[in-house]
Amino acid sequence: MAENEAISDELKLIIFKLGREEYGMDILKVQEIKRMMSITRVPSTPSYIKGVINLRGSILPVIDLRTRLGLLEADLTEAARIIVLLVNEVIVGFIVDEVVEVTTINPENVEAANVLSSGLSTEYISGIAKAENRLYIMLNPDTIVNIAQA
Amino acid sequence: MDVNQYLGIFLEEAKEHLQTLNRCVLDLEHEPGDLHILDEIFRSAHTIKGMSATMGYTAIAELTHEMENVLDLLRKGTLKAHADIIDTLFQCVDRLEQLVEDVANGQPGSVDVTALSAKLASLAKGETQPQVEVKKPIMESAKTDSSKMSLNETEMDMVKSAIAQGLQVFELTIGLRQGTLLKSVRAYMAMKALDEMGDVIKTDPLVEDLEKDNFGQEFSVLLVTDHPADKVRDTILSIAEIETVVASPCGNQAVAESATVGSENASAIDAVNAPADEHTAEATKEAKAEPGAAKQKGRSLLRVDAEKLDSLLNLVGELVINKTRLQQIGLSNQLQELSEAIEQMDRVTTDLQGVVMKLRMVPVGQVFNRFPRMVRDLSHSLGKEINLVIQGEETELDRTVIDEIGDPLVHLLRNSIDHGIEKPADRTAAGKNPVGEVRLIARHEGNHVLLMVTDDGKGLKSEAIRQKALEKGLVTKAELDMMEPGDVMKLVFLPGFSTAETVTDVSGRGVGMDAVRTKIEALGGVLELDSTPGHGTRVKIRLPLTLAIIQALLIQVHDETYAIPLGSIDSTINITPADIRTIQQQEVILLRGQIIPLIRLGRCLGLMDAVDYEDGQEMYVVIVQAGDHRIGLLVDSLVGQQEIVIKSLGKVLTGIRQIAGATILGDGQVVLIIDVNALG
Repeated sequence: MAENEAISDELKLIIFKLGREEYGMDILKVQEIKRMMSITRVPSTPSYIKGVINLRGSILPVIDLRTRLGLLEADLTEAARIIVLLVNEVIVGFIVDEVVEVTTINPENVEAANVLSSGLSTEYISGIAKAENRLYIMLNPDTIVNIAQA
Repeated sequence: MDVNQYLGIFLEEAKEHLQTLNRCVLDLEHEPGDLHILDEIFRSAHTIKGMSATMGYTAIAELTHEMENVLDLLRKGTLKAHADIIDTLFQCVDRLEQLVEDVANGQPGSVDVTALSAKLASLAKGETQPQVEVKKPIMESAKTDSSKMSLNETEMDMVKSAIAQGLQVFELTIGLRQGTLLKSVRAYMAMKALDEMGDVIKTDPLVEDLEKDNFGQEFSVLLVTDHPADKVRDTILSIAEIETVVASPCGNQAVAESATVGSENASAIDAVNAPADEHTAEATKEAKAEPGAAKQKGRSLLRVDAEKLDSLLNLVGELVINKTRLQQIGLSNQLQELSEAIEQMDRVTTDLQGVVMKLRMVPVGQVFNRFPRMVRDLSHSLGKEINLVIQGEETELDRTVIDEIGDPLVHLLRNSIDHGIEKPADRTAAGKNPVGEVRLIARHEGNHVLLMVTDDGKGLKSEAIRQKALEKGLVTKAELDMMEPGDVMKLVFLPGFSTAETVTDVSGRGVGMDAVRTKIEALGGVLELDSTPGHGTRVKIRLPLTLAIIQALLIQVHDETYAIPLGSIDSTINITPADIRTIQQQEVILLRGQIIPLIRLGRCLGLMDAVDYEDGQEMYVVIVQAGDHRIGLLVDSLVGQQEIVIKSLGKVLTGIRQIAGATILGDGQVVLIIDVNALG
């Protein structure tokens, strides 16, 4: 995945916040960004599955990224959004604290995730992108959803 | 030619024809020598041959070709349809099914057909004498055929000299598909292909007319070539919209004679090819007769991708949801005019919904028609005589149900045949007809479809069931003693139950009835079994007509709303905390003297227990039918009854036990549908 992206000239990332950290994901997987809406809880599912929402007549599961990445839970504010992605032919929503911007990154400025020490669930992280004086943690939606399926 | 775009159609049609083959060969077994049946078999085999040759599946074409040879001899009466032939034909159908399956799986050609082909060939030769006789009339018919293409002297000379050189001369009659546009283009493509393989001596009509579209559905070509007839035929057949190619060796008597003298080799090949060619000619005639017959019925059918129907249904579902929403707006704002308009719309959407649901309905015959063959094979291998009676094949069910119902029915039929029906000797001893009878019946019953599998076999002995259930540790002695006779029968549906003394490859591994029950319940159906020892067993399956749009009761637990399918609801009652008793920690209520387990729905759905109920406070209980017993679901409030459209929760959220799906209410809220059977 990361290798593939490295071949292309530029990476377009959607940047969003979870707590104070900024995260990035390949914009091509993003279908749309929705305001928070009513989520129907589904029993007997892992805690990071917040439930299901109605997106124009189809029902899709919503994953709480904070819980998924093992971050502390926090109350959602007005700025919270659901990012709707198409991952492995499945449409899912990710709840994030805030969507910041869409930015372009030179692949040379992406470092492998293993520079990080332990303590972060690195399987969901495809790399760290550096831009100006900011750092973006690049997520790999495939693993985030895949493991959810398993 | 890119054949992939036709693959779907090919598979679909091939399967249809295979079913016809199966059915007809069965009929043939009962009435050998019935020409109508033979003709039908022939037509199907021929169509499969043509289609598969076009698509390049040579193994299928080869096998059907050999089948045609045998069938033709049957049709002519030179061969009798004895058991060996019938069996071989069945084997062929099986092999063809395999081959088509392989094509569907994208790996054509993995099955070897040479053995079967050889067997067919040897069957055809089984009566060598008649076969030689057969050749003659064909040569004659070829002669009469050739009269329409008279040759002048020069052409005759060319034919003769070609044969003298050891080349072959064919008269090809090329038939285009009915309704072909741009016939001249197809003709041109055929001519071009023929030019590459040899020399075209003459065409009928003339080439100019062919180029001007000035001909009917077919045209003839006289070709000199060194390729065998099969090769020529296949090449031409591979051109789109060319349906039939009849290649007969040039029928001019003088030429034919000189051929025999000139090159024995060539004539030998001709002779081999000749029978098949003639079949093609006859089959073509029959194929032509068919569309006419269809027209007489005055029906035109349309093949539609099932996915399109699904998306149509989805859209109608959306419409229903939005209509409900408008209704709510009209009600809450008390807009008289709006309400009237919505009433109109309500009627239209209801009709629309009805039509769409009907579109998805498929006759159960589609599933049933593979059973006669299965019953025949099974009863043969078990040494039993069984008459399968099928009734109500025309009864229609939703496509989703049809797709799922096959396996359970196979289980039930196998059970009846293997365990139910006795051996002929035992039946005679018991004073019964030595031929056992298994009935498969489908019919409408209210808003349900009833499927019944009955046999007149030895039935289930309730004593044997008790014994077995005890042995396998499925029930305790105390439980057994409390059971009513009817409930004993239900034990066979428990996982791990089997009454058969010996495990056969047919059944008896104890997974059958349990699997059947699970499947039927997953389809929202109910299974009933009753049996009279010595007289047989009857299994009833009651299925909902459709799975997509249902009536449901909306209820609330805490602040969450859930839907319970109305079909599984028995009643709703109000109780007070004093009505709840416990038996071994299990909360129960009494309903009309019957003990009903009470389940706090909130707990099942992972919610905290509701606030403690005060004495005398009203509580709502929904009594539902979960499988074969009733349970009470304690809910906080009842919202109302509504029509809902069932939607799937998607791939990520599969296997949630308590939830059967979800639906979207008029206000856009997603509501989960309770799977009542999973709670029981």
